[in-house]
Amino acid sequence: MKTLTVNGTPREVDADDDTPLLWVLRDHLGLTGSKFGCGVGLCGACVVHVDGAPVRACVLPLEACAGRAVTTIEGLAADGRPHPLQTAWIAHQVPQCGYCQSGMIMAAAALLAEKPVPSDDDIAVAITNLCRCGTYPRVRRAIRAVADGHTNS
Amino acid sequence: MNRIEDSAVRSPWRRRFLVVGTLAASGLAVGLWRFYREGDRLTPPPGLKAGEGRALLTAWIQVGTDDLITVHVPRQEMGQGITTTLPMLVAEEMDADPAQMRFVQAPVDPVFANATMVGDGVPFRHDDDGWLARTARTTQTRFGALLGVQGTGGSTSVRDGWLPMRRAGATARAMLVSAAAERFGVPAEECVVEKGVVSHPGSGKTAAFGALAVRAGRRPIPRDVALKTPAQFRILGTSPPRIDVPSKTDGSAIFGSDVRLPGMRHAVLVQCPVFGGTLKSFDASAAQKMPGVRAVLPLARTATSAAAVAVVADHHWQARKALAAVTVTWDEGAAAGHDTTAQRERYRTLLRDGDARVYDEAGEIENALAAPPILVDSEYFAPYLAHATMEPVNATAIVRRDGTCEVWVGNQAPTLVKWFASQAAGVDTDRVTVHTPYLGGGFGRRIEMDVVLQAVTLARSLPDTPVQLLWSREDDMQHDVYRPMAAARMQAALDSSGRVIGWAARVVSQSCTGEFSARLLPAAASDAMKDKTTTEGLFDLPYRLPNRRTSHVLTHEPVPVGYWRSVGHGHNAFFAESFVDECAAAAKRDPVEFRRALLADAPRHRQVLDVAAARAGWGSPLAAGTGRGVALAESFHSIVAQVAEVEIVDGLPVVRRVVCAIDCGFALHPDTVVAQMESAIVFGLTAALHGEITTKDGRVQQGNFGDYPLLRLADTPEIEVLIVNSGVEHLGGVGEPGTPPVAPAVCNAIFAATGKRIRSLPIRVA
Repeated sequence: MKTLTVNGTPREVDADDDTPLLWVLRDHLGLTGSKFGCGVGLCGACVVHVDGAPVRACVLPLEACAGRAVTTIEGLAADGRPHPLQTAWIAHQVPQCGYCQSGMIMAAAALLAEKPVPSDDDIAVAITNLCRCGTYPRVRRAIRAVADGHTNS
Repeated sequence: MNRIEDSAVRSPWRRRFLVVGTLAASGLAVGLWRFYREGDRLTPPPGLKAGEGRALLTAWIQVGTDDLITVHVPRQEMGQGITTTLPMLVAEEMDADPAQMRFVQAPVDPVFANATMVGDGVPFRHDDDGWLARTARTTQTRFGALLGVQGTGGSTSVRDGWLPMRRAGATARAMLVSAAAERFGVPAEECVVEKGVVSHPGSGKTAAFGALAVRAGRRPIPRDVALKTPAQFRILGTSPPRIDVPSKTDGSAIFGSDVRLPGMRHAVLVQCPVFGGTLKSFDASAAQKMPGVRAVLPLARTATSAAAVAVVADHHWQARKALAAVTVTWDEGAAAGHDTTAQRERYRTLLRDGDARVYDEAGEIENALAAPPILVDSEYFAPYLAHATMEPVNATAIVRRDGTCEVWVGNQAPTLVKWFASQAAGVDTDRVTVHTPYLGGGFGRRIEMDVVLQAVTLARSLPDTPVQLLWSREDDMQHDVYRPMAAARMQAALDSSGRVIGWAARVVSQSCTGEFSARLLPAAASDAMKDKTTTEGLFDLPYRLPNRRTSHVLTHEPVPVGYWRSVGHGHNAFFAESFVDECAAAAKRDPVEFRRALLADAPRHRQVLDVAAARAGWGSPLAAGTGRGVALAESFHSIVAQVAEVEIVDGLPVVRRVVCAIDCGFALHPDTVVAQMESAIVFGLTAALHGEITTKDGRVQQGNFGDYPLLRLADTPEIEVLIVNSGVEHLGGVGEPGTPPVAPAVCNAIFAATGKRIRSLPIRVA
């Protein structure tokens, strides 16, 4: 039995120590917003925050998460208010099939938390998530909009 | 050109015979058609009921007392925005507010069939207006309606929904107005509707749709309600926010693999690594003792699915670990030695001596090619490609002891899901319920039924237990149906002034339609039917080519092929548009000017080309090491031109900018058209720059995104999209047509930058 904090709530999980965090979230905790895409940390569909840092949950075992704070796409909105990226994602109509978007938004949120006004190169380096629908131009635009809004405020 | 082609297939009688085969197959359909509810796309199918507090106004629309309008969307959402665009057709004719529109996936019923998808399959140029082409097209479309297959593909959703869904909207509006008139005590003709509110200007009375819904639902369905003219459109042609988008930003959108049911078990499998192999034996003794494991089950090879062994456990990770403890022995079968390198060499031979079938022919091609002033003669190649949807294929099923079966699967053809689930569960189709959650990408992969068959078969072994089968990325990559490997020989004769006086294209490939049909209905499989997807994008070129021939050599290989975004156009446009560029170079003409001259009979194509070239600054100077390339392709009734700017950096092509112009007749939701062009360009760039599936010792050598890389944000060029609205009479699709021009535009730009002609994909410059 391991205890971790998920989206602000302590949760006890009865799963094998080597169970990847992704499957803990999806199968044990009922949080299906984080997606399975490759299982080897290449595509980024499973990105969540662990103690604020972006991680690929499909390759992070449960035992490495004990006692740590996990934030998933379901917990990104704070106090019922959507994260500025979620608002920008809607304004720029970013998603198509939508499958990779949770991981994409979580990766972008981690970038902006670290660097509120990233350069275009920073965005290109940080967002290595794969999207088969090719939403990249809009992903770029939505991140830019939030970053530039931040500059103006 | 070889003798067999000339003597056997050029015979008009034989060609006609092949078509007659199609007609005969559908002859029955014509007879049965009379018994079908011909033309009635309004009456709700039996058993379809409105939800609580809602009224059913035609088969397509529920209006709620809460003022929300729920449209039964007959096509599946895989990112193309169809669950927004199709409800707009309804909203337009209802005079509703786009903000009050909602959707549910339509149930499986022939009233929601996609007849256009089947009708588009006839092997004729779409501008061929001869009796044979017309008859075949009409018959095939009616056959499609009779089959009653709901499917999403061929970029047909808008064309197929255009009339029935607008008619449903107009009819629902008439029912609501009639209810309002009765309530107001005024003539219906005096009522007006705006943004979901019916009002009577004379008396000042108003009522919202929600308040009229119940009364309207009791009225008979009127027939022949007039539709708006395009000049009256207020919603179509605008871009309201997509209905599905908010749920795709907070994790609440449910995809197939997100389905969670009480008591659900998780299954994973290992499939025979060689196509067509069978299961010899397996040892599950160790796996069965592992925690959470419920069953280890063999799955026999079928025409639709590979031989496999599956583990069912309480949790996915338990199943995954237990699967590693299962030892399996396969009979790898005849394909154990298959190797794509050898296949490619065979294809090169077949380009010269294969038994070819003619898809289009005019004039005297042999004479034209005999001794022209300029002869251009080149071979091209495109490899197998995987769909690689971000969500690996999966399905969830329950087979109950009471003889019912329920399936949840992101799919492109719920009717086929119903048929295959019924077969696997051993119950009648009317006892099968299909649920279609969001698709984590489709691109043609999710019209296949392999995972449905496997999941329902597993569920049947564990009655009353929901089972979710989820493939790994490697399963998905190595057991796909692939875009065919294709080789082409392109020949052109030019006169001394550089005009094309002869054009011949020969393609060697498998048949997507033939193999898809064989997977669905093995007994009916036959090579007798032509498959237009083998040569689409070549036999139906818009260019004026007086002496021409397009022919195809059909092959059979162990690697299965299927429909992949833009199907035959994907590789054929690469062949055609690269080769046109070669001809322009041989004629020492500018590539845009050269194409314009060939488009004397095609003003719409010329306009699209001009629009793209102008925006791209065609002809303006570029930095050293950078080139500009153009390509034009019509597919799925839409015309797309693209200009790519490519810089060679350290010997590698970097695509800086793509300008895209599209004429899809009328852009119903312009922002979706732009999004689909962006999407198709990225998809096409992945194929051009990276995509290649190979086999060795009968096994697919790629397994994950490390060896089958996709384009990333950092590599995505600046993309500009321009829309040409030429009129609703030219309505075309938008999901696929943006993909075909990408590869040739990029390759032509590389030629402009380096003088090196790319004739094989993926692009290798060095």
